[in-house]
Amino acid sequence: MHLYNLTLQRSSGICFAIHGNFSGDKYQEIAIARGKILEIVKPDNSTGKIHSLISVDVFGVIRSMLAFRLTGGSKDYIAIGSDSGRIVILEYNGSKNIIEKVHQETFGKTGCRRIVPGQYLAVDPKGRAVMISAIEKQKLVYILNRDSQARLTISSPLEAHKSNTLVYHTVGIDVGFENPMFACLEMDYEEADNDPTGESAINAVQTLTFYELDLGLNHVVRKYSEPLDEHANLLIAVPGGNDGPSGVLVCSENFITYKNFGDQQDIKCSIPRRRNDLDNPDRSTLIVCSATHKTKSMFFFLVQTEQGDIFKVTLEIDEDMVTEIKMKYFDTVPVSSSIAVLRTGFLFVASEFGNHCLYQITNLGVDDGEPEFSSSSLLEENEKYLFTPRNLKNLILVDELESLSPIMYSFIGDLSNSDTSQIILACGKGPRSSLKVLKHGLEVSEMAVSELPGNPNAVWTVKKHENDDFDAYIIVSFNNATLVLSIGETVEEVTDSGFLGTTSTLACAQIGDNALVQIYPEGIRHIRADKRVNEWRSPAKRHIVKCAINHKQVIIALSGGELVYFEMDVIGQLNEYTDRKEMGCEVICMALGAVPKNEQRSRFLAVGLSDNTVRIISLDPSDCLSPLSMQALPASPESLCIVEMGLKDKSVKDLSSERLYLTVGLQNGVLLRTVIDNVSGDLSDTRTRYLGTRPVKLFTVKMQDSSAVLAISSRCWLLYYHQNRFHLTPLSYELLEFASGFSSEQCPEGIVAISSNTLRILSLEKLGTIFNQHSIPLDYTPRKFCVHYESGNIILLEMDHNALTEKSKKARKQAMAEEMVENAGDDESKEEAAAEMAAAFLSEDLDEKIFGAPKPGLGYWASQIKIINPITNKLIDKVCLEQNEAAFSIALVKFSQYGDSQFIIVGTAKNLILNPRSCEGGNLHVYHLTDNCSKLELMHVTPVEETPYAICSFQGKIAVSLGKLLRIYDLGKKKLLKKCENKHLPNIIVSLHSMGHRIYACDVQESIFFIRYKREDNQLVIFADDTLPRYITASTLLDYDTVALADKFGNICVVRLPKDTNDDVDEDPTGVKSLWDRGWLGGASQKVEAVCEFHVGETITCLQKATLIHGLAECLVYVTLSGSIGVLVPFTSLEDHDFFQNLEMHLRNENTPLCGRDHLSFRSYYFPTKGVIDGDLCEQFNSIQLTTQKNISEQLERAPTEISKKLEDIRTQYAF
Amino acid sequence: MQASDRFNINSQLEHLQAKYVGTGHADLTRFEWAVNIQRDSYASYVGHYPMLAYFAIAENESIGRERYNFMQKMLLPCGLPPEREDD
Repeated sequence: MHLYNLTLQRSSGICFAIHGNFSGDKYQEIAIARGKILEIVKPDNSTGKIHSLISVDVFGVIRSMLAFRLTGGSKDYIAIGSDSGRIVILEYNGSKNIIEKVHQETFGKTGCRRIVPGQYLAVDPKGRAVMISAIEKQKLVYILNRDSQARLTISSPLEAHKSNTLVYHTVGIDVGFENPMFACLEMDYEEADNDPTGESAINAVQTLTFYELDLGLNHVVRKYSEPLDEHANLLIAVPGGNDGPSGVLVCSENFITYKNFGDQQDIKCSIPRRRNDLDNPDRSTLIVCSATHKTKSMFFFLVQTEQGDIFKVTLEIDEDMVTEIKMKYFDTVPVSSSIAVLRTGFLFVASEFGNHCLYQITNLGVDDGEPEFSSSSLLEENEKYLFTPRNLKNLILVDELESLSPIMYSFIGDLSNSDTSQIILACGKGPRSSLKVLKHGLEVSEMAVSELPGNPNAVWTVKKHENDDFDAYIIVSFNNATLVLSIGETVEEVTDSGFLGTTSTLACAQIGDNALVQIYPEGIRHIRADKRVNEWRSPAKRHIVKCAINHKQVIIALSGGELVYFEMDVIGQLNEYTDRKEMGCEVICMALGAVPKNEQRSRFLAVGLSDNTVRIISLDPSDCLSPLSMQALPASPESLCIVEMGLKDKSVKDLSSERLYLTVGLQNGVLLRTVIDNVSGDLSDTRTRYLGTRPVKLFTVKMQDSSAVLAISSRCWLLYYHQNRFHLTPLSYELLEFASGFSSEQCPEGIVAISSNTLRILSLEKLGTIFNQHSIPLDYTPRKFCVHYESGNIILLEMDHNALTEKSKKARKQAMAEEMVENAGDDESKEEAAAEMAAAFLSEDLDEKIFGAPKPGLGYWASQIKIINPITNKLIDKVCLEQNEAAFSIALVKFSQYGDSQFIIVGTAKNLILNPRSCEGGNLHVYHLTDNCSKLELMHVTPVEETPYAICSFQGKIAVSLGKLLRIYDLGKKKLLKKCENKHLPNIIVSLHSMGHRIYACDVQESIFFIRYKREDNQLVIFADDTLPRYITASTLLDYDTVALADKFGNICVVRLPKDTNDDVDEDPTGVKSLWDRGWLGGASQKVEAVCEFHVGETITCLQKATLIHGLAECLVYVTLSGSIGVLVPFTSLEDHDFFQNLEMHLRNENTPLCGRDHLSFRSYYFPTKGVIDGDLCEQFNSIQLTTQKNISEQLERAPTEISKKLEDIRTQYAF
Repeated sequence: MQASDRFNINSQLEHLQAKYVGTGHADLTRFEWAVNIQRDSYASYVGHYPMLAYFAIAENESIGRERYNFMQKMLLPCGLPPEREDD
């Protein structure tokens, strides 16, 4: 088996986000690390929408990332600490839109190891040195400088190691231009390791250690080390030099402390807590991330706690000494992994789970009536500052970056009977969870829909003047009339436009500087700016059948296949060319390209003829109307379109990337895309795609300042070039009949289209996305679901640890309110006030999606079962389980003795403690699914002794895993009846599948076990297992002998039973032996073989064999915790496999990953990669430099276009 | 094998042990070995963000808290060290 790995949706969770001027112009960009993906995004200053500039797969783990700038520079570099054992400095080249590697320095082994640096990065604020450190012991400092050509240089590393020391965080201190200084949060464990009494472990303290880089002596000294009172997790550098007092803020459990050298005293401020919080009161508060904002006159910090509350921290300074820390509640946003304040007043919040948000800061929290908490007010022991969380006051949400992370479970199939598969994902954590339904297609936002008096057949938009930004008229053509609408505040009909209204129109456009042209079957109407009209009439009894217009040229085809060519001269006169051209057969369609800048005309005309050819005809004055080239077509053409696409940069004209494309829509629903040679007009490199059952009509529209093609068949598709790649994506919208570009003040880049008797204005905002989604909010983390195919409903299990059920939440709130009243004392007025407060507290309802759910502590569990229809978004039924009943497994089953009745079995654990794992037994709830999957009726509950982790249907009964027990149950009247059991599995069975007589059980640590049920003896016999330990998180059956497995470290493998495996244990004496007489190793006598191994790099949560598009072949789809969706597709021919293997090999050599990790070693992270070719690497072929492309293609003995075609083909063969 | 070689190998081993934390030796105890493995595991969890996310979802904590907890657990990953038998 040979597979090809393709990512459909890159991971959408964010590990780190940093901001800086990466492109070097005055706008700030945000660099985002998403595990193995590095992305640069830019918020649009006027609209606040976030646009992605570039996203690169680095094939390595990005563990830390920092922006820095050399003194006096205006451009930020990105320093990256990864698992490559190397420090890498990257630079973003905005004009070419690529990320370039500036430096790569090797210092250690690969992998996320304890003592190999890469976990933490700290940089001197003046950009003179960078420190990269490991979790333990090793720290290296590199000096950064400039050479004579002002290029960045990096020195050899200086060591600052200290053994037996753990590092929690590092930061570069702002010391102005004195010697660079780094602060590290360290802990020495040596004494604790050698003290059996445990005293030194209790007394172990963290230290704040300062390392100074002596630039004169060129070495690093451990300057000063100071023990801390509390255990801390985060350091924040305070601006220094001329901007502030320098030093660090140490964020520890419950406190923020300011520290600096010298005479500076420690200033300590307690982190405020929420008033009336339902959380466990003993829980400490941690700061999880911070952002610093600095202007010339002031600076402040925004720090976020674990609950999502942001505090604004300011320092009071008296003669360079900090005297006071002030904290003020700012706002509450989702808990994030990074926050960044941009200079334009935006706050970017990269949430740790769920959508990322961009907020506009409207107020800096000045004069808002919020109490300010100060370090100088003295608190009693155990007294805490309290604040009241509230809705956003200082921030306004402007944009959301959608994130699927974490995907907990998925299903691919067609539940809406719409001939396309949906991807149903259970995403999110806690109250921010949702069920998402993804469909392949671009999201369309409908701006306006208006009805027209009849059924129009075409629509165009025209400007009044060449240099106008926006369109002036919408022209709608009917069978025997033409309607002209003017675009302004409103869209209304006008009659003074000069257009002929009493005939249907073939085409119209703005032409020359300020003239308009209308072509109708009987002639051409040229309307000058002063409303003078020149008419050209077609010869008697001959009509104009087709025409093509651009800014300077008009060409018409008369019936019978005669072409007449007009060109605009300098005075704005439309002149007919002296000759006409006979084509010999009917012209079906024609297209002209746009007039290139600074040129008089477009040199190529494309004509589609009824003899199934398309011809390119020259319009150059030297050989006007002479044929240049032709291409035969498999069917008759329907529509043509010439566009210039693939421009990497609009300002620099790069001829190599900019190309003229001819797209041909055929009557059989196929779209062809061909390159037209800029000089000779030759056609080459044809790509084919089937779009739908109807003839393909093509229209040019503008998208993000460049041309795109809208293709309409039985579905609408958009062909556009985005981030160095062509995209052909269907629109998730009704069928359109005719379309045209549209631009107005409200909608600068829209589409005007007609559909039966309506006129619609649409806009496409999310270019680059391939899915459009809708989501259904959930209450707790979704764990698993089953699909009821007949009704299209989903039965979903939601469960959370450290959470309260709705009932106990209410009870706790009530108890708290009562306590408030009680505490008020006897005074009547006080009591009244307290009662009021309690009532307010009870009625107050903070959105848990933002403020988080209360965390009562370990050992509290809340679970729910829901029936949801994902297509109609309806919640059909809901069952809440008791507090501390944790539901782990669900299955939709039928029992052989109960006929077609369907049952839902839910396995729950009671009072489960996670670490060390223990529980007070479990329950198997049996629900009868009635009324076509709209009601869950509890039949009975069967107590069991362990947690049921997995349930599957098996031969009309059910197989249940109870910890390490595998048991078969049948349904009884009052209970489930135990039928058979196997106790020989090692740890915990986390997933079960069955087929025929076999059960496939996956262990939490020990990979898979193949089990055979022997009916005669009523025995479950393990007949084969795996040789490698795999921590299985997901599995699926590929066939009777083959299983795909995924583990929590991000590996996928396919294991298969060898051909000679015998599961008929009677015949095999060793099989019996394996039942009774287990040796030391206790394994089964037969072992599976790994056919494929591959490291994805993100924890995989679900695997499924599915078809993504109807009619295409099956592939293996995986989804990950980081929110990515990928597929493994099988190769159908050995030739293809060899080709891609070679391509992959060459790319590994010539296109080394950005972060310095070797591609092969990354894909072989835990197990050597086998049988899988990485399509993500292969597809980078399209974005690498042309010389490298050429190099590789020469070695492969193919043309570069042929290689990209193959890459496109294998993608479209299975997916999108 | 010459005596100088043996000396050389020993010193090389010592060098490795000094340079790479966790390099084993003949007298390694079960406890020391386990502590080492545990610390390596925690370091790996902290290094791999998806693993932190995995634990954060299981325990319903924030990723920042998980990272801090793992760092804290590296102090005494296997409980108190056993009494040393002096011989």
